[in-house]
Amino acid sequence: MKFGVVQFPGSNCDFDTYHALRRVMKRPTVMLWHKDHDLQGVDCVVLPGGFSYGDYLRSGAIARFSPLMQQVKAFARGGGRVLGICNGFQILLELGLLPGAMIRNKNLKFLCQHVHVRVEDARTDFTRAAKKGQVLRIPIAHFDGNYYAPARTLAEIERNGQVVFRYCDADGRITAEANVNGSLGNIAGIRNKEGNVLGLMPHPERASEALLGSEDGRTIFESLLLSLERRKTAPRPAARKKARHD
Amino acid sequence: MIDQALLAQHNITEDEYRLIVELIGKEPNLTELGIFSVMWSEHCGYKSSRVHLKKLPTEGKRVVQGPGENAGILDIGDGQVVVFKIESHNHPSYIEPYQGAATGVGGILRDIFTMGARPIAVLDSLRFGPPDDPKNRSVMEGVVSGIAGYGNSIGVPTVGGEIYFDPCYNLNPLVNVFCLGLADKDKIFYAKAEGVGNKVLYVGAKTGRDGIHGATMASAEFGKETEHKRPNVQVGDPFKEKLLLEACLEVMDRALIVGIQDMGAAGLTCSTTEMAAKSGMGIVVDLDKVPQREIGMTPYEILLSESQERMLLVATPENVAAVQAVFAKWDLDAPVIGEVVEGGRARISFKGEVVVDIPVDAVVNLCPAYNRPSVTPAPPPPAPALEDLPHPADPGEVLLKLLASPTIADKEWVFRQYDHMVQVNTMFLPGADAAVLRIKGSRKALAMTLDGNALYTRLDPRTGARIAVAEACRNLACVGARPIGVTNCLNFGNPEKPEVMGQFEQAVAGLSEACRTFGIPVTGGNVSFYNDTEGLSIHPTPVLGIVGIIEDVRKAVRPGFRAAGDAVVLVGESLGEIGGTEYLKTIHGLEAGAPPAIDLEQEKRNQEFVLDAIEAGLVRSAHDLSEGGLAVALAECAFHSGRMTGCEIELAGGLRDDGLLFGESQSRLLVTCRRADLARLLEMAAARGVPAGVIGRAGGTDIAVRRAGRDILRVPVERAFRAWKDSLPGYFRVKA
Repeated sequence: MKFGVVQFPGSNCDFDTYHALRRVMKRPTVMLWHKDHDLQGVDCVVLPGGFSYGDYLRSGAIARFSPLMQQVKAFARGGGRVLGICNGFQILLELGLLPGAMIRNKNLKFLCQHVHVRVEDARTDFTRAAKKGQVLRIPIAHFDGNYYAPARTLAEIERNGQVVFRYCDADGRITAEANVNGSLGNIAGIRNKEGNVLGLMPHPERASEALLGSEDGRTIFESLLLSLERRKTAPRPAARKKARHD
Repeated sequence: MIDQALLAQHNITEDEYRLIVELIGKEPNLTELGIFSVMWSEHCGYKSSRVHLKKLPTEGKRVVQGPGENAGILDIGDGQVVVFKIESHNHPSYIEPYQGAATGVGGILRDIFTMGARPIAVLDSLRFGPPDDPKNRSVMEGVVSGIAGYGNSIGVPTVGGEIYFDPCYNLNPLVNVFCLGLADKDKIFYAKAEGVGNKVLYVGAKTGRDGIHGATMASAEFGKETEHKRPNVQVGDPFKEKLLLEACLEVMDRALIVGIQDMGAAGLTCSTTEMAAKSGMGIVVDLDKVPQREIGMTPYEILLSESQERMLLVATPENVAAVQAVFAKWDLDAPVIGEVVEGGRARISFKGEVVVDIPVDAVVNLCPAYNRPSVTPAPPPPAPALEDLPHPADPGEVLLKLLASPTIADKEWVFRQYDHMVQVNTMFLPGADAAVLRIKGSRKALAMTLDGNALYTRLDPRTGARIAVAEACRNLACVGARPIGVTNCLNFGNPEKPEVMGQFEQAVAGLSEACRTFGIPVTGGNVSFYNDTEGLSIHPTPVLGIVGIIEDVRKAVRPGFRAAGDAVVLVGESLGEIGGTEYLKTIHGLEAGAPPAIDLEQEKRNQEFVLDAIEAGLVRSAHDLSEGGLAVALAECAFHSGRMTGCEIELAGGLRDDGLLFGESQSRLLVTCRRADLARLLEMAAARGVPAGVIGRAGGTDIAVRRAGRDILRVPVERAFRAWKDSLPGYFRVKA
């Protein structure tokens, strides 16, 4: 299984994502330059975090016009797996591959901290290594992560079961206090109706090594491997040593 | 045409003017005068500090580059080097907090990547007036958002730092930014303009009218009217800098250039003349080729603009096209604006006319150095004897007040606004004794810390400076890192005042002594004078940035009790010293007394003992004692446990309770170990002449201290935690 990490000029988690996929997960991974027109035959496209074009305008608003985004759109419409992390999630919203929008965090400050998210659906290609209701500890780092959608859209994505991750407390309770950025419905990550495109605000690549405080983010990458490589032997996260929380 | 008023505007004395005329053999024109004005400013020319800075130790086996370049460089083995430096952006941050702080980050990042290193960490040392004043809060909010706005966008983590509050910073906050980069030893670049006929390329943002005379502004006192200086502050564009960073690293990685210099203070003037002077060459520049943001700029404005995100490169004619292709990939201009020539002169033309023709050596190297008159600082007002102070009825209440005092209180409100994890190297979250970053592909980790207690330096500059070095090294020891090098930012008042110069001399002497004891070279830094507003000087504030190395990343140690039952060991001696303490200041309202004494040799022994014990695997957690003394340190160990693990401590000795709990005697560290390792740990200490004794155990839900079987302090960890955690956000809560 080959991953492709898209590099926009202002991406800054591109190398982190590459590191997690190539060095930690040990999978073939290529960098995809935003001005190119070729996805180099990858099986999964990852839009990494960062400030794609400085994001002085709405986050991700300019990135969607990058030449490579035409290929990414076609790839997604053809069923290809696309994962958007943080700024990548914002870009997927701007591209129209996912519904809704991001507004400023409710406290109007950039927030960088570990959060807990609950896996709402463990049947997706991005979560099948997890259990439904499992709590993952993964960091966020964003200014515009306050998920918003009109009432009708929100009702629809809830009805379709498109919400994959919600902010929760350490015990998995969906509380107002755990909803650090003010997202509607504590939404931290959603998928498209078909289930091949996922966007999430937390950074799984920052939670892939015990040395850095949590390995919970690996679950998402392992799920992708399970889905695409159809391996049955990948370790279940529950069986792995619990991440160090001290 | 050059009269006294014009000289005064340019901060040039009549003597200096006469020297300029003599050196360049003619009366300078206005543009040339402007060039001398910035290059001979205190900020660029270090004219009041140079004679004293020579006293600092600068040599060591790891030193690849000492002071004099954009940043210092140390060898960390395996073919890698670290490139690091600290810079102040104090004046701009008061006038325009957001942009002042943001461009402070931008500037120090360029200093690092201009040498071929990828910046991997930023730390900042901030000083504000107390947060109960809305003006101070607004400055602080602006500064913090500015640092966040720039650093987060460009993708360099802000991994630590420190913040102190004192009324002396009401009108003069301090913003000192430290950056460290990592490079391969064989790919370091310098500010060289070698090779006659080589081309000079201008890369990055276009030149505008912003920031003209920023360096001159930073070299004078402020009066009441600072609002009109806002145009002197530059405006940052972190996205542009990100493009510049990637493009510059790419041309350096492919060895397409000869030399490179960033356009920081004094912009195009500084970069052209410095590069030529360093290589003993001359340089010709055509200002019409300089990309400009606005029309009608004069040569004076183009040369003195401090527009951000710009660099000057020198490349051989054959490589120009390849360099330009890289910059085009990153959507940046890279025009050729000049050429390296023989003769040591800078010859700059504008619309076909030569507007500047001066010897570069005079501009760069012949700035006069002053040994300004100084007086030895008066001894501090004596602190009252402990017996004369009212004994606090409940030391528990004192602890809660200290934990809530802004200087000691939790700083998460600040650091969670910074992306401190990008680049996936950050092992410890901000708030630990030192920032710790793993080095990918190796077993090593780097640790770094910033330190400087200005109350100590105000009371006794020499002792305060020694303590600053000692404490920074102690912070490193707590995580298991051995110090390898120092950069410093010396923030002082007006050097033309003999008392300020006296403080400066004493502080430099203290730094020098401490660095020599620890065997760590000073590889560069920054001096910020004229931190005076309306005639009031700040406390002398030397800030030390010290870098350390952990050979085996698995041995890095965190603060915070690890497990109930672990033995708590106090290393070092408690003498109950209360002069200059946070206790005296916050509880008794006194900034008085001599700061705690420090024996540097003993300090070093204590630290080396802890380091060796960590390496031997005997230490479960370590934390240093600083502001607030033993009681605050115990509370912090409980907070960092992650489980609200408390402690049961039993103290002995003849000191009064408050002196024992809140005194700030130096060279002390708290370590915890398994019961089974205790005997070995204490034997090891005894064998090295290090005072160490077990004072209790971790466990329970209280921070409890007893003497002779009687509680002298007992506070639930949860309650102490809330006092510490809720204090700073409380000042910024939006009132409904």
